[in-house]
Amino acid sequence: MTGYIHSVESFGTVDGPGIRMVIFFQGCPMRCKYCHNPDTWAYGKGTQMTADELLEQYDKNKEFYSNGGITVTGGEPLVQIDFLTELLEKAKKRDIHTCIDTSGVTFNPDSVQGMEKLDRLMEFTDLIMLDLKHFDSGEHKELTGHGNENILAFASYLEKKRKPVWIRHVVVPGITDNISHLEKLGGFIGGLSNLKALDVLGYHTLGVNKYKELGIPYPLENVPQASADEVMKAKKVIYDSLIKTRKEKFGK
Amino acid sequence: MTRFFDEWEGFEKGTWVNEINVRSFIRHNLKPYDGDEAFLEKPTQDTIDLWNQVMELSKEEIAKGGVLDMDTKVISTITSHAPGYLNKDKEKIVGFQTDKPFKRSLQPYGGIRMAEKACLDNGYKVDPEISEFFTVHRKTHNAGVFDVYTPEMRACRSSHIITGLPDAYGRGRIIGDYRRVALYGVDRLIEDKLEQKETTRSAMYSEVIREREELAEQIRALKQLKEMAMSYGYDISRPARNTQEAIQWLYFGYLGAVKEQNGAAMSLGRTSTFLDIYSERDLKNGVFTEQQIQEFVDHFIMKLRLVKFARTPEYNALFSGDPQWVTESIGGIAVDGRHMVTKMSYRYLHTLTNLGPAPEPNLTVLWSDKLPMNFKRYCAKTSIETSSVQYENDNLMRFTHGDDYAIACCVSSMRVGKEMQFFGARANLAKCLLYAINGGRDEITGQQVGPEFTPITSEYLDYDEVMKKYDAMMRWLAEVYVNTLNVIHYMHDKYCYEKLQMALHDKRVTRWFATGIAGLSVVADSLSAIKYAKVKVIRDETGLAVDYQVEGDFPKYGNDDDRVDEIACKIVHAFMEHVRKNHTYRNSIPTTSILTITSNVVYGKATGSTPDGRKRGEAFAPGANPMHRRDTKGAVASLASVSKLPFKDAQDGISNTFSIIPGALGKDDRIFTGDIDVDCVGGACSNPTLFEGLDTDE
Repeated sequence: MTGYIHSVESFGTVDGPGIRMVIFFQGCPMRCKYCHNPDTWAYGKGTQMTADELLEQYDKNKEFYSNGGITVTGGEPLVQIDFLTELLEKAKKRDIHTCIDTSGVTFNPDSVQGMEKLDRLMEFTDLIMLDLKHFDSGEHKELTGHGNENILAFASYLEKKRKPVWIRHVVVPGITDNISHLEKLGGFIGGLSNLKALDVLGYHTLGVNKYKELGIPYPLENVPQASADEVMKAKKVIYDSLIKTRKEKFGK
Repeated sequence: MTRFFDEWEGFEKGTWVNEINVRSFIRHNLKPYDGDEAFLEKPTQDTIDLWNQVMELSKEEIAKGGVLDMDTKVISTITSHAPGYLNKDKEKIVGFQTDKPFKRSLQPYGGIRMAEKACLDNGYKVDPEISEFFTVHRKTHNAGVFDVYTPEMRACRSSHIITGLPDAYGRGRIIGDYRRVALYGVDRLIEDKLEQKETTRSAMYSEVIREREELAEQIRALKQLKEMAMSYGYDISRPARNTQEAIQWLYFGYLGAVKEQNGAAMSLGRTSTFLDIYSERDLKNGVFTEQQIQEFVDHFIMKLRLVKFARTPEYNALFSGDPQWVTESIGGIAVDGRHMVTKMSYRYLHTLTNLGPAPEPNLTVLWSDKLPMNFKRYCAKTSIETSSVQYENDNLMRFTHGDDYAIACCVSSMRVGKEMQFFGARANLAKCLLYAINGGRDEITGQQVGPEFTPITSEYLDYDEVMKKYDAMMRWLAEVYVNTLNVIHYMHDKYCYEKLQMALHDKRVTRWFATGIAGLSVVADSLSAIKYAKVKVIRDETGLAVDYQVEGDFPKYGNDDDRVDEIACKIVHAFMEHVRKNHTYRNSIPTTSILTITSNVVYGKATGSTPDGRKRGEAFAPGANPMHRRDTKGAVASLASVSKLPFKDAQDGISNTFSIIPGALGKDDRIFTGDIDVDCVGGACSNPTLFEGLDTDE
């Protein structure tokens, strides 16, 4: 089997623990307005590669990754779940730490086959980095083209599976930095017993050129980048709410 | 002869007592330090005052165009100048190259014209009597070399297929074992040298005559060193008795060397762990406090930052600045398995905090995965804060050089006091490829510089044909290059001998014959383009190939792609084999380096368009780096390509210049792992960071 791969970054230090090989899958159903990788959206593009080819690249330089592993991101890696499962299964056979960076958008509890596949994938996954884009479903749809119900359900599914999860949230000024949304977000993730880390990122405009190259109008034309200060403030709101919930729920 | 000096009281005995053997002293007295940096002290008021004075002088120097003062009358020797001070009352470590700080000395033995030009370009004029003396009465290294050069050597030099040759200035790259001055005192060293002289062979053939003459020169230099130290009020005939003296004695040794030689790299050696033995003894006996010891180190490093030479703008262009390469090697692992990080290793790095970041001295950490975690963290922290630390692979070099080697210049490793190097500049392998295509004609001037081989005449380049011709051209280049260097080192020994530095070496010294390669990634990518894409040749009216058109894509060096990385390895190996075929001066062992850290711009300027698509005059990549923007798979893939290069064929060093924005190295200046710190055990709540997770990485 081959997967559609956008690219490989051999030196990833911000997508999971340690130094990691980061594999960008091609294809994504989401159209997040702040996406900085619009070149990973289209299906059926990129380079077709086998799991063995990717793992060979990893193996050649495994000394670099002794405290890290592999992170698959994209695009939305779960769109190619069959290939992804093969890749991570083979990776686990080699004792590689595996991490999936996902939006959770493909989660569908009503699909028996889909859930079987997901259960199987989880057997080979050490860590999920779940990107929660907005807590309000209407806003989420406005921002990404999809509501967030299934994404929050995916988070609960991961908790049931006791799968370690890192939550990511991107602060977009005027769009995702509203206090009540941040508090709710913090409350929700604080209630997740499998939560291991919180990663709050600032919106940046480094992706603008890619839109130009692809001939796609840039959706956030007049939105400024988030300053470090704004990001820190937003993080504090999420964090305080998160701690409060944890104290209430787990007595910590 | 055996004698246990009073100054050695408290040191553990070993072979070092009976013979000059600093490594044995370290081995018996080393105290590896596993703790963290909490013990370090801030700068004292005297340190701050002195450094402010230096910053003022530095401003004046910049305002004056880069040189504050030059000596035009006094020829620099170990004893030529009266003592110089910043502020005698505040300096705990003393000594300048001339009678005052920031005054550059006159060193004509390498070449009078270079010395004159260095003065002239900076608005000074060498005393006419001195010019006459070194033109008419006393020959220089430079004059000797040009008496012997063949027309072919001159042509290679002018066309820049061989560049940066140390034929008009001091070759440098020799590290005296300055620690010997501190440990043994100069009288014991003279005694040793006298014994060496007494035990030479008695049949007087040229090697023996040279050896006896050199030993006599060395002894003279040691006597001058004592005299110079005495002018500062110190009697260094005996061993140093405490940390301050040990640093001062050691520095006098180094100072003597830079008074005598304006070398292309004047490196310090591996001194921190040696000095730590003194400071541990002093701390234990209450002789000095930590604050005092840090002050000595700060003042010592301050002196090393103020080493200055008279140089020309061309020299500075070649080396991108005005470097002295006062390299100090720190850390590493001992052959017995212990690490060699000591408190003094921390104190040296701490000068970057106490005095602020600086390129000199070039603090180089001999890195191993076995270094203690606290030290690794401290190095990382210091790198992030100051961008002033160099790292080299101890695991690789220890294998060849043991555990008492040091780095000369940027990557040349040698056992301190036991090995030395003949510095060899670089051969431009990218230009050599163009010569192969053009049958030995220079692609810029059109002149026949190399042998008149049949040029390639086809419209598109054929890999096998190019490789065959390239190999023949490399063979020619290696021969003329090595022979040029033979001339240079013969004459340097004859007219500009490093007598003090060699006095701080053993009698029998291993000599490395260094050569160097420039343009490796250009060559690898060019050959890859020829092999995997189509390369069309564009010729001028005389048939000279002056440009290339690449049709299609090809694997590029720097992406961990074996198809092209193997070509790079093959070229390094092939060139080194050609170098090895030649006679090398003084039974030296040939090595090569891939380390044009700074001269890559100048080399690129002198080279025409290449088959990889690089245009005429465009800079090469530095050292063994992939070409700019051609590595697209991230740092690990890029580093993996470089790490494939065979060290056994490039034992003089492989450099990779690596810039990265801090954010790409992890969040909040660290690569993170671990769990969320809900209970604030990691202090995350009081010191919030964007990424909330407890750092548990060990």
